[in-house]
Amino acid sequence: MELMELPHIESPEDRVLPKPLKAEARSLSFSYGSRPALRNLSIPIAEYKITALIGPSGCGKSTFLRCFNRMHDLYPGTCYEGEILLYPDGRNILAREVDPIEVRMRLAMVFQKPNPFPKSVYENVAYGLKVRGVMDRRILDEKIEQALRSAALWEEVKDRLSAQATSLSGGQQQRLCMARALAIDPELLLLDEPTSALDPIATANIEELLLDLKRRVTILIVTHNMQQAARVSDWTAFMYLGELVEFGLTKQLFTNPSRKQTEDYITGRFG
Amino acid sequence: MIQRHFDEELAELKTKLARMAGLAEDQIDKALAALVTRDSALACRVIERDHKVNALDVEIDEACIELLALHQPAAHDLRLVTTAMKLSTELERISDLAESICERAIELNEEPQLKPYIDIPRMGSLARVMVKESIDAFVKEDATLARKVIVNDDFVDDLMEQLFRELLSFMVENPHTISRAIRLSFIAKSLERMADHVTNIAELVVYLVEGKIIRHTSPPVPL
Repeated sequence: MELMELPHIESPEDRVLPKPLKAEARSLSFSYGSRPALRNLSIPIAEYKITALIGPSGCGKSTFLRCFNRMHDLYPGTCYEGEILLYPDGRNILAREVDPIEVRMRLAMVFQKPNPFPKSVYENVAYGLKVRGVMDRRILDEKIEQALRSAALWEEVKDRLSAQATSLSGGQQQRLCMARALAIDPELLLLDEPTSALDPIATANIEELLLDLKRRVTILIVTHNMQQAARVSDWTAFMYLGELVEFGLTKQLFTNPSRKQTEDYITGRFG
Repeated sequence: MIQRHFDEELAELKTKLARMAGLAEDQIDKALAALVTRDSALACRVIERDHKVNALDVEIDEACIELLALHQPAAHDLRLVTTAMKLSTELERISDLAESICERAIELNEEPQLKPYIDIPRMGSLARVMVKESIDAFVKEDATLARKVIVNDDFVDDLMEQLFRELLSFMVENPHTISRAIRLSFIAKSLERMADHVTNIAELVVYLVEGKIIRHTSPPVPL
């Protein structure tokens, strides 16, 4: 009798690197004036996966995230070195000749605190589309419903699309910001502690949402919540003092980190 | 240094396991003594005492579940808690095997002794030393000692083979010895199983220290 062919089991020894990539920081350094904030970071961002950035306050997580949409360009005296390549075209989005507006068209970002525009629910989600020249009401309606459904908010707001966004609860406002970000079909979703101002239920909703979303969009998330990083991300980068200490598969990093510093941080013994 | 309270709870967990291991070792000791000295009363006491090991198993399990739920440990802490849960199960089974040895000893004591017991006490003391060393390896987090324990399992297996052949010859020569010889081979099998559980403990210790799962990693035997 023939024995059943067994599936290949990946050895936990395989400290692999992600593939294919959606983006990649290569030897990235960044400074605010004379103050260096990031030192020689090389971090790959796997396509259709969630990559979490963890580390103590001031380690440069948010600074790193903000390099992706060239947000630092808004302030004088900042300086980038190295590159951030965005795939599939492999374009260095930090290059001088690249227009930051063009970069921002491809990405979307959600911040720590919900920041809806002081407009209606509908207008908040429509904003990015209108900026991109979508004016057809039928297309807008369709896209807005789709984005609100993706953000798991549609059922709660479908009867009050014209209500002020600020009348929604904190968790709903954050999901509205998520819908606003998703409406433009971003290639990469940047999240800067998106649940730190939310209660556990709203947090669980957002986390569920992220796990659903990664089928369609690559996600890079900064979080202070270690359990959140462990729950939602596929890859984790641990940063300290502007440097990358360890990068690896989340399940590996949280069960058997290779660096002592990572171990101490994730077990709450330092940081 | 922060996290002191959690560290204390982890240390307490280790102490509980060491206590359980000490009890399991004593169960093996007493079970063998009951067999060799043909002391059925002692065998009964060992059987009665098994519930203490069971109670510790439950206590350790509950402590681990609580640590997981309340502290969400990661990395080494996580490996320690999950290892402790498995380790207490192994110790509980070792104690069950000591109980089973006592049951066979009581039955054997109702008939004349088949032969002088030589290999069985040797197997027993080897198993007992293995339990002690594996727990030492756990407490000190010493992967080298754990690996040494794993090697010792082969000696216990060899002794069992040897004993089995000897008992078989008794049975072939004289069918009246069969019931005693079978009971003695059950005892040998229990000791061999004990050594297997100890091997599991040692493998868990390697996982705890190095984060590597080494069980089931020996190359497959060609058919």
